[in-house]
Amino acid sequence: MRAGERAAEAGGAPAAQAGGAPGAPGGEVLVELRGLKTHFFTDEGTVRAVDGVDLEIRRGRTLCVVGESGCGKSITARSILQLVEAPGRVVDGRILLRRGGADGGPGEVVDLAGLKPGGKEIRSVRGKDIAMIFQEPMTSLSLVHTVGNQMVEAIRVHNDVGKREARERAVELLGMVNIPNPGRLVDSYPFQFSGGMRQRVMIAMALSCDPGLLIADEPTTALDVTTQAQIMELLKRLQRELGMAIMFITHDMGVVAEMADDVAIMYLGKVVEKGPVDDIFHDPKHPYTRALLESIPKIGHRRRERLRSIKGIVPDPANRPAGCVFHTRCDAFMPGRCDATVPPPVALGPDRQVRCLLYGGDGGPAPGAPDAQTAAPEPTPESSHGD
Amino acid sequence: MATETTRPEEHAPGGGGEAPDERVLLETEGVRVHFPIRKGFRQKVVGQVKAVDGVDLSIRAGETLGLVGESGCGKTTLGSAVMRAREITGGRIRFRASDGRLLDVSRLGPDDLRAYRREVRMIFQDPHASLNPRFTLLEIIGEPIRVNEGLSGSALEERVAAMLRKVGLRPEYMRRYPHAFSGGERQRVSIARALALDPRLVVADEAVSALDVSIRSQILNLLQDLQDELNLTYLFISHDLSVVEYLCDRVAVMYLGKIVELSETEPLYAAPRHPYTEALLSAVPKPDPRLRGGERRIVLTGDVPDPSDPPSGCSFRTRCRYATERCAAEEPPLREVAPGRRAACHYAEELELNGVV
Repeated sequence: MRAGERAAEAGGAPAAQAGGAPGAPGGEVLVELRGLKTHFFTDEGTVRAVDGVDLEIRRGRTLCVVGESGCGKSITARSILQLVEAPGRVVDGRILLRRGGADGGPGEVVDLAGLKPGGKEIRSVRGKDIAMIFQEPMTSLSLVHTVGNQMVEAIRVHNDVGKREARERAVELLGMVNIPNPGRLVDSYPFQFSGGMRQRVMIAMALSCDPGLLIADEPTTALDVTTQAQIMELLKRLQRELGMAIMFITHDMGVVAEMADDVAIMYLGKVVEKGPVDDIFHDPKHPYTRALLESIPKIGHRRRERLRSIKGIVPDPANRPAGCVFHTRCDAFMPGRCDATVPPPVALGPDRQVRCLLYGGDGGPAPGAPDAQTAAPEPTPESSHGD
Repeated sequence: MATETTRPEEHAPGGGGEAPDERVLLETEGVRVHFPIRKGFRQKVVGQVKAVDGVDLSIRAGETLGLVGESGCGKTTLGSAVMRAREITGGRIRFRASDGRLLDVSRLGPDDLRAYRREVRMIFQDPHASLNPRFTLLEIIGEPIRVNEGLSGSALEERVAAMLRKVGLRPEYMRRYPHAFSGGERQRVSIARALALDPRLVVADEAVSALDVSIRSQILNLLQDLQDELNLTYLFISHDLSVVEYLCDRVAVMYLGKIVELSETEPLYAAPRHPYTEALLSAVPKPDPRLRGGERRIVLTGDVPDPSDPPSGCSFRTRCRYATERCAAEEPPLREVAPGRRAACHYAEELELNGVV
């Protein structure tokens, strides 16, 4: 903690907190997804897991991608690193990574979508420019190697250093993620650690090459609340110290409220709404976002008030509804419009976007953002109890 | 509903156990579940994992009692002890049967055990693992009815259809297999199975934890509706404090095999009396970015201690920011700190702990 504050004071945290105000431009875009499509070609048909996703991940900021299971949030993250397994494949779109140029020097832009999944180029990106941590650390750690050896290997793949130096770096990294007594525990095996400690080891490993972007796929979902709080604090501190961007995948709106600078809400392979975190929580526009926020029990509120629930279930991704993908469960469903037209993205502000015909996009009534305020239905809890 | 019973718990279990309260449906008295640690060729017992270590609880008819704690605290083991899926190694569990008799759960004869298992049913966490994939819904929900009530044929089908309607599923689904259903629908099937025999107590172990938010709220609403309709009593085991607050009348907080605090829900969340409850509440992420801030959160250091080698005195003292020498020397009993409230902390009265409001 102390080291982190010092680093922040010394100017080691570029623009990390700059983007707190809604609409603030924030850091420079590090990774940009444009029309990303990742499809799975199964025997039952093509599953469009990710179907035209546009996202921007900025230096020093945290983007939370939220959605329920099957919405494509994890596949979006894996697509960035070309980690999608067969029968899945990135079929369209661009994944633009800005490399170098952080200190004002000339950088280059690489389109990761064009790289071969097993190729040399993408492997030089993995771990080095973009690192990833997962929900269950035990499945990503080797059982038969010590933590230190696994870290030394990762460090030496991307850096030209000797074993001794790599080991020193590993110990330093373990200390950085608050592993007690790192000099001794570097020689332990993963099974000797608790769940929270393993996640710390994963984070230390991910940081070993000082990546510009850390993708965290539900890193706290399997953890207890007190451990989750520790990991969230740790990630925030590391971001302040190292200035990295974080793409945080989660289904937990509480975690989003704690972690995010920017939020993207996904449903059935599409980003239905995105914007700064305060706008998403305090001025949600898309009916799905509203419903999500109202269906969670909030701690510290009176109990026994009925929760709002979203009617029905997420449709089969191999058999998606026509028009707006959410129309089958939407309370504001407009027959003839929502089931006919795929809502285009409507900009509501500099960083704010929604895909919903309530806010225009098909030339029907109530187009444009200003009128949308009145056109958007107020949530009516009575009318919306699922089944 | 038990919320109107504001009188303090004069039935204090462990205080002699005489004159059991009529409102109490199930009572545990000093319940212990210890697992032996064996080592070596001779499998000599070298220690005990004290998963549940002296728990006194009472569940009143019609209430929802929440049992919260982190993984490894013993909440699931206590739940399975109540179900008699696991034998207890000490203490006593007593149950008020529907015919008015007080049953000693660990010493039930075969007939009483069958009766007990009709009245106490369980809903599990993972609806993918807890339903047999080779059985249709008719078989899954109908089996307990067939075995216990001897129904078959169209009479059985009618009962199953009624159960399916009750949990919001179409009776036509009766001949389908679990794989045809989503997680939320399967959880409805589990609920229908649990309720098939008109139980009085339902033990729900993390019953909504595996579900997506939109589905979770449907199931929570359903559990409440069914409770009102069927006058059910729930023992709701969960690690999710927001869900517990929403659903439960009273809450018991467990740490390392022991209850550290027990209270009605609202006062517990507004002003906890045990430092562990305070830390737990502060760790829950609040779904509002404007409430962010480092000051509010108490980040516990380290992990839960090894339950085979718990710390001396208070088991929470190693992670407690208020701990003193007394905490290491003396184990705080779970004692009444206010009417209807119990806490196991020497300083429950002096500490001003923060809740969530």
